[in-house]
Amino acid sequence: MSSKTVNQNAWWLVLPVFIMVAFNALIPLMTVVNYSVQESFGNNEFFWSGTIWFEQLLEDDQFRSSLLRQISFTSIVLFIQVPLGLGIALCMPRKGPWVSVCLVLMALPLLVPWNVVGSMWNIMALPDIGLLGKGLNALGIPFNYTRQPISAWFTVVLMDVWHWTSLVVLLCYAGLVSIPDAYYQAAKVDGAKPWAVFRFIQLPKLKHVLTIAILLRFMDSFMIYTEVIVLTGGGPGSATKFLSIDLVQKALGGFDLGPAAAMSIVYFLIILLTSWLFYTLMMRNEAQ
Amino acid sequence: MAKITLQNLRHSYNPEPKGEEDYALKRMSLDWADGGAYALLGPSGCGKTTLLNLISGLLIPTEGQILFDGRDISNTTPERRNIAQVFQFPVIYDTMTVYDNLAFPLRNRGMGEAEVDKRVREIAEMLDLSRTLQNRASGLTADGKQKISLGRGLVRSDVNVIMFDEPLTVIDPHLKWQLRSKLKELHQRIRRTMIYVTHDQTEALTFADQVVVMNNGEVVQTGTPIDLFERPMHTFVGHFIGSPGMNVMPCEVKGGQATFAGHSVQTVNARNYKGKGQKLEIGVRPEFVSFAKTGIPVDIVKVADAGRYRIVETRAANSSIKLLVPDGDHIPVGKTHLAFDATRTQIYENGWMVGVRP
Amino acid sequence: MALELKQVSKRVGADVHIHETSAVFASGSFNVLLGTTLAGKTTLMQLIAGIQKPTTGEIWFRGKNITSVPVQKRNVSMVYQQFINYPNFNVYDNIASPLRVAGMDAAEIDRRVGKAAELLRLTSMLKRKPSELSGGQQQRTAIARAVVKDSDIILLDEPLANLDYKLREEMREELPKLFAGRDAIVVYATTEPAEALLFGGNTATMHEGRITQFGPTSTIYRKPNNLISAQVFSDPPINTAKISKRGKVITIFDNIKWPSGRVEKTLPDGDYNIGIRPHNISTSGEGAHVGVIEGRVLVTEISGSESVIHCKIGGQTWVSQSHGIHPFEVGSITKLYVDIDQSLYFGANNEFIA
Repeated sequence: MSSKTVNQNAWWLVLPVFIMVAFNALIPLMTVVNYSVQESFGNNEFFWSGTIWFEQLLEDDQFRSSLLRQISFTSIVLFIQVPLGLGIALCMPRKGPWVSVCLVLMALPLLVPWNVVGSMWNIMALPDIGLLGKGLNALGIPFNYTRQPISAWFTVVLMDVWHWTSLVVLLCYAGLVSIPDAYYQAAKVDGAKPWAVFRFIQLPKLKHVLTIAILLRFMDSFMIYTEVIVLTGGGPGSATKFLSIDLVQKALGGFDLGPAAAMSIVYFLIILLTSWLFYTLMMRNEAQ
Repeated sequence: MAKITLQNLRHSYNPEPKGEEDYALKRMSLDWADGGAYALLGPSGCGKTTLLNLISGLLIPTEGQILFDGRDISNTTPERRNIAQVFQFPVIYDTMTVYDNLAFPLRNRGMGEAEVDKRVREIAEMLDLSRTLQNRASGLTADGKQKISLGRGLVRSDVNVIMFDEPLTVIDPHLKWQLRSKLKELHQRIRRTMIYVTHDQTEALTFADQVVVMNNGEVVQTGTPIDLFERPMHTFVGHFIGSPGMNVMPCEVKGGQATFAGHSVQTVNARNYKGKGQKLEIGVRPEFVSFAKTGIPVDIVKVADAGRYRIVETRAANSSIKLLVPDGDHIPVGKTHLAFDATRTQIYENGWMVGVRP
Repeated sequence: MALELKQVSKRVGADVHIHETSAVFASGSFNVLLGTTLAGKTTLMQLIAGIQKPTTGEIWFRGKNITSVPVQKRNVSMVYQQFINYPNFNVYDNIASPLRVAGMDAAEIDRRVGKAAELLRLTSMLKRKPSELSGGQQQRTAIARAVVKDSDIILLDEPLANLDYKLREEMREELPKLFAGRDAIVVYATTEPAEALLFGGNTATMHEGRITQFGPTSTIYRKPNNLISAQVFSDPPINTAKISKRGKVITIFDNIKWPSGRVEKTLPDGDYNIGIRPHNISTSGEGAHVGVIEGRVLVTEISGSESVIHCKIGGQTWVSQSHGIHPFEVGSITKLYVDIDQSLYFGANNEFIA
């Protein structure tokens, strides 16, 4: 019933944000759009080229395979991290002195800079001296991430799981803690088995938190760059050459500004579209 | 259904309680008959929630036993005590329909679908939920949700006791009486043991046949609403129940005769008093005080209009005495005298009614 | 004449929150706005405070038009239903905060805070933080902050709604004493008729964005101008029914005959709406001017010293309120005795007649 006084002065307070966003996002984005429809031969000379870069891109095998690689990678890490994160959150204590210990341990990987994560796992996976690499070989499992695509993928996925599962854990834990005790007591009284408690109380109450977690993890993993560049450099061969690596190689390595810009835009649209689609689906479900 | 017995029950949150003050719940023994409607009434922090949690099994008592039908269940887990509970805020399973919510406790215990269906429909009928059975439970109003919480308890035939923890908190004040009516009707129909925990006197007195009033971790009186009104066993009960509460004035007792501010007062129990006179008080409810030609001289301090009657505040010897005067009756100005109804005036020693407890 | 609302109204989009309203609040008066939730009490208070601006009309204070004066420049204080205090300040600093904003010197602040704390029995807790206080003490702190500066207008929006009933009882006694002898205009919003009665002063009954009646509380209670005002000012709800009066006889519920009592000569024969307050219906006491009717008990609500019996009569629910404890079994049939001389009679448009 309460309503606010209508007053236009507040727009002035928002103005700095508009300017910031313009410099941060809009102007760079428009520059990229500009590049994507032009051809350049250096010397700052540009020629109109229409949609040619986009057509070329969509027929480019290299782009298709790195896109496929990217989708596989994101799917794999989501399938591992979300259930694993939820599982760990469920196992964490809700009361007592261990709570803060667990929370600090969980937060640690999130505090490590990305390039350091890459270096850490690079060293750890070295087949001759690394703990992981040497250990696996000692167990009789042939492992060499610089030579075998499987080993490289295994290491990259493991590194991402190590780095980012914590985020899912912390989000889920916050969601779990906010469920009132009465729900658990009622479930006990109703004779619900642990699985039923999870299925009918915890999961429904965690829906919002899980939506956010999946969304964040999708976007981040789809844009992964630093850690992989440091760890494998996209190799062996092109085995771990994800979209972002491909893009950077095109733009900086080849100085193919037009094609790289077109690729950036397609890349951006994929992320935007998927996130939007996912979000609307989850929210529509809510409305029903 | 079960008879509930509390034997020398005592609880402390301190693992090594030293003195009496460490106990959140002081030693108590109670007998609750099978099929009765009981209420635990007291201000926040009086120990009623502790007692509730002891009965439901969320807490294990420091001392004493809880018996259901003579069986000691003090150390049994909550799920094995067969208790149903309705909480302050409705607990429903959001993703299920009303039907599935009601069926949930039965299905968890492996009951056949035909039997489940029969029981769910029977209970839904009782609670006026039949028309909404196929709706999502999360879309119901607060009172609908509370009915579901209650229904999940009623649907099982093996429930020993149904407990209510301030269940009407979220209900619109104008609709409360309807749910109170429903609860009373349900209790009459199914005759299960029910325990209602609240800090609100209307909730407790309306629902229960027997009300247990608690204060500072101990039971101060158990009785019917009439007992609590007419014979408060403790000055706390007199103060806490009824608005305005009981008048309490310091007094002296000599030779079986009570005197207040130099005037003798006829009481129910002064002649039983043989003690030494530690903190003696007279208690009389405003309903049983009237103006008189002779009696205790007082000054009228304030008259407040309550519509159907007026509350008159008077003062005598540094004590405030209130009385109720029906609308339209004459109220004197300034100085006057008061008379107390001798059959409704009691003597209290250290808070307790004389002759009730040593 | 201190505060005057001149044809004030408030619309938000297509919704009318306050219909055109005029009212005058005198200096030093205690005014209760009585009505259910959504009756428009809060909106009216916000208009007075200057938090909202009226869509039409003007607000005058001490001979000046203050309609467009913002809330910061009106000398008002407000207390809300929620206990609103600064969580990081102790009680002393909380109470002192409006004085510090006004730039008062420390000695004067100390004197005033001490006085306000004493009035509200907070002297022993001045060093505590709000989180270390009980609900009642938190609300006392908020009230102390409202009274510590010499506000011209003090607005209290259901300040006791979130307190336990015993505390509410105590505060109801203390509040009027707090404002007695001040110049300030006090406006107090509540949903409870009992509060309006106990405070005395003036009452404005509000219903769906309108003030239906405004005047001395006792008059409004005993002589409502229409059925709506009577309904707003009755808890439990006032019992109503259609009747027809013929000389000495009132016919109610089609075929039940009651004596017409006090209105035998004064009320012309005809059809009316009758309003009977719950406390004028009891479960005992025959008499010459008593109407008898049978009802089926839905529930007996007992509030310590009173019984409120809800009964089904015909298709309607009637309520009786009587002193003492009278438990009736749910579903039992009981006779109700109506003190017919206390009834209120309303015409076809629900206007008050007798």
